[in-house]
Amino acid sequence: MSEHIVIVGAGHAGGTLATQLARAGDRFRITLIGAENWPPYERPPLSKQLLMGEVPTEKVFLRPESFYADKGVDLRLGTEVTSIDRAGKTVTLAGGESLAYDRLALCTGTAIREIPVAGRDLPGVHYIRTIDDTLAIREKAGSGARVVIAGGGYIGLEAAAALRKLGCDVTVIEMMDRVMARAVAEPVSRFYEAAHRAEGVHILLETGVAEIGGNGRAEYVADSHGHVHPADIVLVGIGVVPVVALAADAGLAVDDGIVVDARARTSDPDIFAAGDCTRHPNALLGQTVRLESVQNAVDQARCISNELTDKGADYAEVPWFWSDQYDLKMQMAGLPAPDDQVVVRGGPDSRSFSVFYLRDGKVSGVNAINVGADYVRGRKWIGEGRTVDAARLADTEIPIKEV
Amino acid sequence: MPVIHITNRAGAESTLEAESGISIMENLRDNDYEIDAICGGSCACATCHVYVDEAWAARLPAQDDDEKGLVEDEPTYKPNSRLSCQIEMTDALDGLKLTIAPEA
Ligand SMILES: Cc1cc2nc3c(=O)[nH]c(=O)nc-3n(C[C@H](O)[C@H](O)[C@H](O)COP(=O)(O)OP(=O)(O)OC[C@H]3O[C@@H](n4cnc5c(N)ncnc54)[C@H](O)[C@@H]3O)c2cc1C
Ligand code: FES
Repeated sequence: MSEHIVIVGAGHAGGTLATQLARAGDRFRITLIGAENWPPYERPPLSKQLLMGEVPTEKVFLRPESFYADKGVDLRLGTEVTSIDRAGKTVTLAGGESLAYDRLALCTGTAIREIPVAGRDLPGVHYIRTIDDTLAIREKAGSGARVVIAGGGYIGLEAAAALRKLGCDVTVIEMMDRVMARAVAEPVSRFYEAAHRAEGVHILLETGVAEIGGNGRAEYVADSHGHVHPADIVLVGIGVVPVVALAADAGLAVDDGIVVDARARTSDPDIFAAGDCTRHPNALLGQTVRLESVQNAVDQARCISNELTDKGADYAEVPWFWSDQYDLKMQMAGLPAPDDQVVVRGGPDSRSFSVFYLRDGKVSGVNAINVGADYVRGRKWIGEGRTVDAARLADTEIPIKEV
Repeated sequence: MPVIHITNRAGAESTLEAESGISIMENLRDNDYEIDAICGGSCACATCHVYVDEAWAARLPAQDDDEKGLVEDEPTYKPNSRLSCQIEMTDALDGLKLTIAPEA
């Protein structure tokens, strides 16, 4: 008899896992349960192409909606899993139905971090996590609409770029003294700050949001310096938190993420977890991490499907990520630490340059802006633990392949 | 409907009735042809890598610098390598032959 695999969370990791397991044919019976009403989809376009209206909604689906039924996957949308009974090996759904599993995979992702200020519940305060969020913003984002974005991380900045393109008047409020401060080194932050300013985005650094206010709906944002910014749309992008309640309530180990081992197993041998919701060891990095990226969602889903199909291998992948803003395509790999040496290769003026991060001479990270070759090299070097000479790396006369 | 003749990673050949107006990557992905296409066609990941049959190479739209930079450095690169997300399927490509590149 087929083994029944129940996957909780029909996002990037859950959708990928179902797709991969379905390739094993009759070996598994697969139930994929998602709280959203959409079939599994890609979130990156939510702050990029979908927000700009460049692509129809179906274009962001991981697979056509009919795919799951065709492959025998029981896709249950608009359905929340409310609890796990580990002893009985069942999950309970919001309607009260209970479902038995042989193995369970938790792919519950993250939830938006709410902004802790007065007025946060007013209509007109938006986040970007789901298709519905993006469609709601786009509906109001006509030319001349005033948008105040709280948070100058990559999602806030991507949204700023997309909304500028739609003709909105955009203000970004960032607490730190530079944008994307958590993700990239200062030269990259400064470059993006200048690029956004040149496009007409107002960027306020070292500024917090004090209050969101308005008459029955969000009409302004008051910042921590006492300035008031009128707004038609308030968009909050201040990060996310892993969705771990189901796991925690079931007594699984949780530590800012569901704790899994190198094979994506939780502390219960019949329960796996993948994606944004996990804290996992990465042999290549020599540490445990919680990542928020499509790469990790896909690779960890694959790690589970390999484990379940007797091809198990320990997780050891170079993390990578990308961000599109205007005509700037940034590709990033590795997990640099704040005190790593920073080497700039090429001139930011050309809108095509890269920043490498070195730890004890070894490449620990790369941010490549409009220069794919540097990204590909950097990612390879990180995987190899290669030592490079900082001076040669900074010298663009030396082709990247010969550094 | 135009067709694409595909050799998968295991070496098995099949013919796909393709949809014009979307990329070759989307045609492959939507029909479960092993490619991950992790970046969804943003030309950022090279996980939609295919080899196109030599006879077809010249008939495809040219590779831009972005695609070149990304695919040329793949360990599995060959002169007929392409990123399938960067090629739109059209009726003119009816009969195209390609092979899914091994995982890098
Ligand atoms: C606007 C935006 C832009 C992004 N851009 C990029 C980018 O450029 N590159 C990149 O690599 N990454 C990007 N990311 C991050 C990337 O989308 C995530 O890392 C990825 O979606 C993680 O996949 P996941 O499956 O772990 O979680 P998710 O995709 O978040 O899926 C989790 C799903 O589980 C469901 N769920 C949770 N609990 C339950 C429950 N109890 N019952 C049923 N269902 C449940 C949720 O409703 C959700 O649909 C972006 C994210 C956002 C929001
Ligand atoms: S899908 Fe990522 S490069 Fe083609």
